Amino acid sequence: MTLTAVILLGAFHGINPAMGWLFAVARGLQERSRDLLLQSLPVIALGHLASVALVVAVVSATGSLVTATALAIGAGVVLVGFGLWHLLARRHFRWVGMRLSLPQLAAWSFLMSSVHGAGLMLLPVLTRMPAAGHHGHALSGGMLVAGVHTLAMFLTAAVVAVVVYEFLGVAVLRRAWFNLDRMWAFALVGAGIFTLVGAA
Amino acid sequence: MTLWKPDPTFYPSPRDAAEAPPEKLAYVAAFDRSARRPDALAVLDTDPGSPSYGTVVGWTDLPYTGDELHHFGWNACSSALCPYAPHPHVERRYLIVPGLRSSRIYVYDTKDRVSPELVKVIEAEELGKRAGYSRPHTVHCGPEGLYVSALGGYGDDGPGGIAILDHNSFEVLGRWEVDRGPQYLAYDFWWHINHDVLVTSEWGTPSMVENGVVGELLLGRKYGHKIHFWDLRKRKHIQEVDLGDQHQMTLELRPAHDPTKTYGFVGVVTNVEDLSASVWVWHKDGSRWTAEKVITIPAEPASPDDLPDVLKPFGAVPPLVTDIDLSVDDQRLYVSCWGTGELKQYDVSDPFKPVEIGSVRLGGIVRREAHPAAPDERLAGGPQMVEVSRDGRRVYVTNSLYGAWDDQFYPDGVGAWMAKVDAESFTLDERFFPHGDDFRGLRPHQTRLQGGDASSDSYCYP
Repeated sequence: MTLTAVILLGAFHGINPAMGWLFAVARGLQERSRDLLLQSLPVIALGHLASVALVVAVVSATGSLVTATALAIGAGVVLVGFGLWHLLARRHFRWVGMRLSLPQLAAWSFLMSSVHGAGLMLLPVLTRMPAAGHHGHALSGGMLVAGVHTLAMFLTAAVVAVVVYEFLGVAVLRRAWFNLDRMWAFALVGAGIFTLVGAA
Repeated sequence: MTLWKPDPTFYPSPRDAAEAPPEKLAYVAAFDRSARRPDALAVLDTDPGSPSYGTVVGWTDLPYTGDELHHFGWNACSSALCPYAPHPHVERRYLIVPGLRSSRIYVYDTKDRVSPELVKVIEAEELGKRAGYSRPHTVHCGPEGLYVSALGGYGDDGPGGIAILDHNSFEVLGRWEVDRGPQYLAYDFWWHINHDVLVTSEWGTPSMVENGVVGELLLGRKYGHKIHFWDLRKRKHIQEVDLGDQHQMTLELRPAHDPTKTYGFVGVVTNVEDLSASVWVWHKDGSRWTAEKVITIPAEPASPDDLPDVLKPFGAVPPLVTDIDLSVDDQRLYVSCWGTGELKQYDVSDPFKPVEIGSVRLGGIVRREAHPAAPDERLAGGPQMVEVSRDGRRVYVTNSLYGAWDDQFYPDGVGAWMAKVDAESFTLDERFFPHGDDFRGLRPHQTRLQGGDASSDSYCYP
């Protein structure tokens, strides 16, 4: 059950054009090079992993200081607040620059994932893990979650990127690009409520 | 509120944009030279199937007088699809309309209405205090928000430059340039968005232009004759390219829409040695930018009796290339010769070897060529601002250049008209000729087509 949730969230992040597959496609199209597309994807996944792992580290460090219930309530409040902010604020991630080196691309992905609260979305899973409250176990278990999540994100992004690059073309964006940011905000709020209910 | 699906007027690539449906409305900035009545946004019906085709169907007066509307742009465009910071669920809805003389910037809502409705006024003071600029001109929607070029400094004549506006709140965020290098004069700008390069051109400072073209400055070669290249990310000046100081006034910049390309066209108003006008192509040569002249349009000899005072000593009509426009597919370049009264069409499939394939005559300082819809009416002014539909099939022109300059070159009155040319046959549409009283005494300047046009959008995908 938990594993399924982690993988599904990874797929949800992977499918979002803003999380990087579209950037990989654009880099490939710009240089007419599928190699560049394929090179970009793992780098983007790495940035995503770093963003998620950061949340895992914070949760496990906090978990060693407070009770599991306090951790879950705190996480729930953060999630609901962050989700509502995303839903109501009109600001969006800003970045200028198309010509990035691979390390810069990883940094871009890290920032993009962090601003969107990609790691936060895993809070319900992280706060419910049996080892929560036990620092060492929580950290290793959490990192496993981050790894599995990112792998799912990477595979989904890779499949979508290659299919769009090779077959569909970017014109598909006009029809198929649903406002995932709004769904994302709902998902954050939902995850927060779920966490709070679990804590009660 | 954001949309659930991308705004339908956003296109990932220029190829996709060329498939866009025909525009039904055109927005035209119109200004009162006397500054006694408010300037206005006129809305033209461009749907040939409509009973009101070719007429003014909407009109919005500005709240003040003396703005001198000139150029304007959209709050959002296809660059919202760019992959590094996509936000495709915003709407192309607001027109950002600068007053070139008043330095105010207006925001007009166009959604679900014909006549735009005012939603915000940015006062000259806000632009000046936050960005250090005045006389706002070109507007482009881009990665960091709205970019607005400005001819003058705040309280000073220069330097001119670019201000950044927040594209949600429309507040002035500040000056764009971090390091402007040797750049002082400003006018137009655009970019090679996928190469992180911004390009700017040069006209003159407010004191050099606001009271008409100054003969001593022109013959002293003091107007702009350079283009500048900038790092779009770092906001730094990279390189200037000097076209030679005989080439006075490098105005409109039209980079290739294909984001993999690194070339573009810039028009030069006049060469002081022979009054010819020219179009140059800039391109990247290794790591350096360079430019070469690819089109020269000679002056036409004329009797001094037929010429306004400003031209009498020369005995010729300069073409005065004041606007150019590149079709979205980068295949056709349109060149306005406001002095001689001609719109030229070039095949630029090879940008280094343009081939003239069409010409339409209208107005002109000496010719005064009539429009077929009103064959008895000698027309003043000439094709000036030119705009091309996204599919490249229709070309719109208006006839006013800039208040004080209109009066010098057309001292008996520049009139007011707009015309439409079919790009394929390159002939004037006899059903589309709003003119004279249709513009209620105001002079029409830039046209923006509903949903976007050839000079409004940048694309991040080839």
